[in-house]
Amino acid sequence: MSDRSELIITGKPFAFDAERDAEFERLVKRYPIRESMILPALWLTQEQEGWISAEAMAYIADRIGTYASKVYEAATFYTMFNLEPKGQYHICVCRTLSCWLREKQEIVDYLAKEIGIRPGEISEDGRFSLEEVECLGHCGTAPVVQLNGEFHEEMDVDKMKALLATLK
Amino acid sequence: MEVKILSEKFDIENAHLLEVAKKHGAYSTLDKLFAMEPAAVTEEVKKSGLRGRGGAGFPAGVKWGFLPKDTGKPTYLAVNSDESEPATFKDRYILVRDPHMLLEGIIICCWAIGCNDVYIYIRGEYTTQVKVLQQAIDEAYAAGYLGDKVAGQDFRVDVTVHRGAGAYVCGEETALLESIEGKKGQPRSKPPFPAVEGLYSSPTIINNVQTIASLPFILTNGHEAYTAYGTEKSPGTHLFGISGHVEKPGMYELPLGLPLMEVIDKVAGGVWKGRKLKGVIPGGSSTPVLTVEEAKTVTLDYESMAAHKTMFGSGGIVVLDETVDCVKLVENLINFYHHESCGQCTPCREGLGWMKKITKKLLAGQGTLADVDLLRELCDNIEMKTVCVLSAACTMPVRSYLDKFRHEFEAYAIDNVSADAKLQGN
Ligand SMILES: Cc1cc2nc3c(=O)[nH]c(=O)nc-3n(C[C@H](O)[C@H](O)[C@H](O)COP(=O)(O)O)c2cc1C
Ligand code: FES
Repeated sequence: MSDRSELIITGKPFAFDAERDAEFERLVKRYPIRESMILPALWLTQEQEGWISAEAMAYIADRIGTYASKVYEAATFYTMFNLEPKGQYHICVCRTLSCWLREKQEIVDYLAKEIGIRPGEISEDGRFSLEEVECLGHCGTAPVVQLNGEFHEEMDVDKMKALLATLK
Repeated sequence: MEVKILSEKFDIENAHLLEVAKKHGAYSTLDKLFAMEPAAVTEEVKKSGLRGRGGAGFPAGVKWGFLPKDTGKPTYLAVNSDESEPATFKDRYILVRDPHMLLEGIIICCWAIGCNDVYIYIRGEYTTQVKVLQQAIDEAYAAGYLGDKVAGQDFRVDVTVHRGAGAYVCGEETALLESIEGKKGQPRSKPPFPAVEGLYSSPTIINNVQTIASLPFILTNGHEAYTAYGTEKSPGTHLFGISGHVEKPGMYELPLGLPLMEVIDKVAGGVWKGRKLKGVIPGGSSTPVLTVEEAKTVTLDYESMAAHKTMFGSGGIVVLDETVDCVKLVENLINFYHHESCGQCTPCREGLGWMKKITKKLLAGQGTLADVDLLRELCDNIEMKTVCVLSAACTMPVRSYLDKFRHEFEAYAIDNVSADAKLQGN
């Protein structure tokens, strides 16, 4: 468990755009109870905004017709829901067993040196954020990195360097 | 040694597309299926001896038999695609390389158990994988394999993908159901078992992706074709994931029952860099470690693993070379399970945290022999005192390292040299 209790209040209202609105309406028909839409709606929000604000949670609760506390419960429990904006390039390095055995630490250390951030941090210019995550289900091609959701397998410092170079 | 039963279409280009998959036999069992009584399908699966591939190895057909009859409520199928147990990476090959095999298996299961509504629970990190799966579902709907009339029959199957969001515990079947209901993933107390009272308080079957994907082969070829592979109590084939310190890590489909060392040496290219073997984790990070001696006699099936006081688990084999520091490895394991604890039960939430602190202390060169004993005692005190077995998934392996590699823990306590200092050669 990790402490994820802090929410950010933006002071701005939130609503789904037309595309997400349609997707919400399509999905809600697939479940016998509306509460089942809590996770899908949080995903739709994150797709749209990149993260989930206090206002977005209130909106989701309203859309579903449930208590805001239920949305808050889910949003804070599931660690993939970003409760704050992430960097333009969000890098996740797997830190679990097989990636650890195959030297994931070298990649983390390289990133700390190269872009000056440690796991859990966002670079000052907002371009990069780094996170160490648990097993990503790609242990046979360890170590593994996810960049904005895309998998990069059999990584090492050279490949990480090359990957960063494509971003500049 | 490798076989191609489940992985038959894995190397075919674009086999995730319906047109290609159909050319290679996808959905060809449906005629046979709908000519059979549902009970006969369950019987065939029972005879095949197919066991759950999610980790627990429970016979699939037997589980289906637990569903109560005539409850007046719908029956649900939840397909477990959470794939989060460290060292497990097999189901995603099915999702990406042959999703129609999974969908065909779903239709078979639905017919057998009388189910119309299916949820595939897929871990949130599988971003690219979920797209391929959804595309396959959309194609299957368009072609009439899913929807109100499956292959023209008066039989409805609706499949919905439900994405998780980074919680290992949601692989536990009742936490998974909670998550589909929109709640945080905290496992439920059993009984009632999900077959009686599961999703939305209705009868529910939860099966792993690979379990369901094994059905088309069994139904097409008959149970004897399946039991021709493997051992008497562990029939069939399995998608094994081999990772860690081997030359050729990867996913390999093998019949059950092969000698572990032969698989490591011949299939996975042996221990990497010419190094010596230290131990093997046989079935995902939660299974007790095997020493070199034990690894030499074990075979890859449920019985032999049990006889060696470990588990077949999810078939995720991790090879450890001579350089591995078992105390550090245990720290890595405890960090994972502690991080993934749902927080519901005190022994798990607090106990794993306590174990983490002790291990850290040992690694800092500040521990004592009493700490090593305490760590061992905690394992016994946490296990089986929680709603689900996530805590045991941590204590079982940790205990095995403490018992089989105790000298490494004691060395930290006696020498009082930290891991960092050791690295620098002090
Ligand atoms: C903490 C925990 C995590 C689990 N994770 C998974 C998982 O990721 N995938 C899976 O199929 N089963 C997982 N299981 C096992 C499921 O609870 C369940 O036994 C399985 O999905 C049943 O399907 P099967 O009988 O086809 O194996 C997990 C169990 C526990 C206790
Ligand atoms: S341990 Fe890194 S992907 Fe599994």
